[in-house]
Amino acid sequence: MKRRAPVLRAVTGLVYAFLYAPIAVLVIFSFNSERQTAMWKNFTLDWYRVLFRDELIGHAVVNSLIVGVVATVVATVIGTMAGLALARHEFRGKRATMSLLYLPVIVPEIVVGAALVSLFGFIAMRLSLTTVILAHIAFSISYVALVVRARLAGFDRSLEEAAMDLGASRWQTFWRVTLPLISPGVMAGTLLVFTLSIDDYIITSFVAGPGATTLPLQIYSMVKTGVTPEINAVSTLLLAVTIGLIATAQRLETAKR
Amino acid sequence: MKSHSALRTPHSAFLLISPTWLVLGLLFLVPLVIMLWLSLQRGGLYGAIEPGPTLANYVRSVEPGYVAIYGRSVWIALVTTVICLLVSYPVAYYIALKARPERKNVLLALVVIPFWTSFLVRTYAWMFILRDQGVINSLLMSLGMIHEPLPLLYTPLAVMIGQVYAEVPFMVLPIYASLEKLDRSLLEAACDLGAGAAAAFWRVTVPLATPGTVAGIVLVFIPSLGTFITPDLLGGAKGMLVGNLIQNQFGPALNKPFGSAVAMALTAFVLALLWAYANRARRRGEEVAL
Repeated sequence: MKRRAPVLRAVTGLVYAFLYAPIAVLVIFSFNSERQTAMWKNFTLDWYRVLFRDELIGHAVVNSLIVGVVATVVATVIGTMAGLALARHEFRGKRATMSLLYLPVIVPEIVVGAALVSLFGFIAMRLSLTTVILAHIAFSISYVALVVRARLAGFDRSLEEAAMDLGASRWQTFWRVTLPLISPGVMAGTLLVFTLSIDDYIITSFVAGPGATTLPLQIYSMVKTGVTPEINAVSTLLLAVTIGLIATAQRLETAKR
Repeated sequence: MKSHSALRTPHSAFLLISPTWLVLGLLFLVPLVIMLWLSLQRGGLYGAIEPGPTLANYVRSVEPGYVAIYGRSVWIALVTTVICLLVSYPVAYYIALKARPERKNVLLALVVIPFWTSFLVRTYAWMFILRDQGVINSLLMSLGMIHEPLPLLYTPLAVMIGQVYAEVPFMVLPIYASLEKLDRSLLEAACDLGAGAAAAFWRVTVPLATPGTVAGIVLVFIPSLGTFITPDLLGGAKGMLVGNLIQNQFGPALNKPFGSAVAMALTAFVLALLWAYANRARRRGEEVAL
């Protein structure tokens, strides 16, 4: 087949421009000294200075990190166990379990948030950072479980059997054979879940109590008050962190192979 | 040999899976059941919940004013899906069949990266571009092409742009996956038998890529239906979609029972669509992408 396809190539190029131009504009204008309009004036780091002095943002970043780390750790452990069970075992209720795992992926986020706040209202649990963490664990487990299960689908059982024939105990086999083999899948799941947690606005907005403002909630309230270059700056930093995380994960994975 | 079977016993499967049952049961199934119960109660003054059971909320949810909101939601989701399809097909086709093999991974990564970045930040980028003092209006005014800023932000057009922008990766990836698996010898056969490039495309490529295309349509349409951030930030006051309606009832409107009824209806609709999709795929022996 011919490789040259000038029109197709041009269209593809335009779509990539559409995907990246808004992000580029956002980043470039975070360094612009003009506050009111989107006309370029001078290069400045002022908005970043404002940002680092902003206590509300600082507080929100700390909250986001607490939620992200706790929810990711808990969801990774529980989700990996579920992924292992689904890939390895036949048990009663397996199909129902799969449906249960797809539920958080399928049900619209707005419904998930509303349902969770209904639960917390029903059991009279005060909204706080704890309710945010619980909500994030709830929507994260599925992603880890599904990624780990997919990884294990093409997984060679004979290595584990060999380890056991050579006298390794179940725990030794798990720590020294199984875990290293599934770790790329677990890593991918962990990273996905941490990113989802750090970025989540909708569900968090329902279940966050006073003082539990996370970074997306803070950005949202800033955006609602009005577009300012500080928002461009904080968005740029958030983009840098996310893209840095993905790049690291990709490098880790290619290094393993 | 005894120890092998130990790994496979139902006992250890139960230990591995029970935390998931516990957490998802308590934090997913129970909340949905509570919401169903709420939707059958009566919303009182100042957010009070008065005992039912009653179907009043469901009856209210089909009043013309609300039906208009659902209609708008379906319309925006449909247009988003069609535009995503038109935009994504050439990209997926280019990456799968025309790009040099060593470039494929980079091109795919470039499609996936925006998906990883914050939805909120990506939507804000469009506010920054489309508003009255935004990039487009500033540029056009400084060139003297317009004297008054064009009303771009807070319009249905802005919502569609933002939504397409957010969903494109979900359309490109499944279509790419289908095209990548396509048996190229079939295309050669079609050409050898005298089919032109266009005929080969419409009669061989497109039908063979249908599973991925349908998966992409589902993956774009369903999230677009329940979208909240895009209409809230880019849409105008008249642009309320079903996601905003639910949020509003749980928030400022202080009517959780009515909000629950709308949320249950939306969930039922989404599940019905997915069920139809899964059935179609299973009947045809295709992989279910979800």
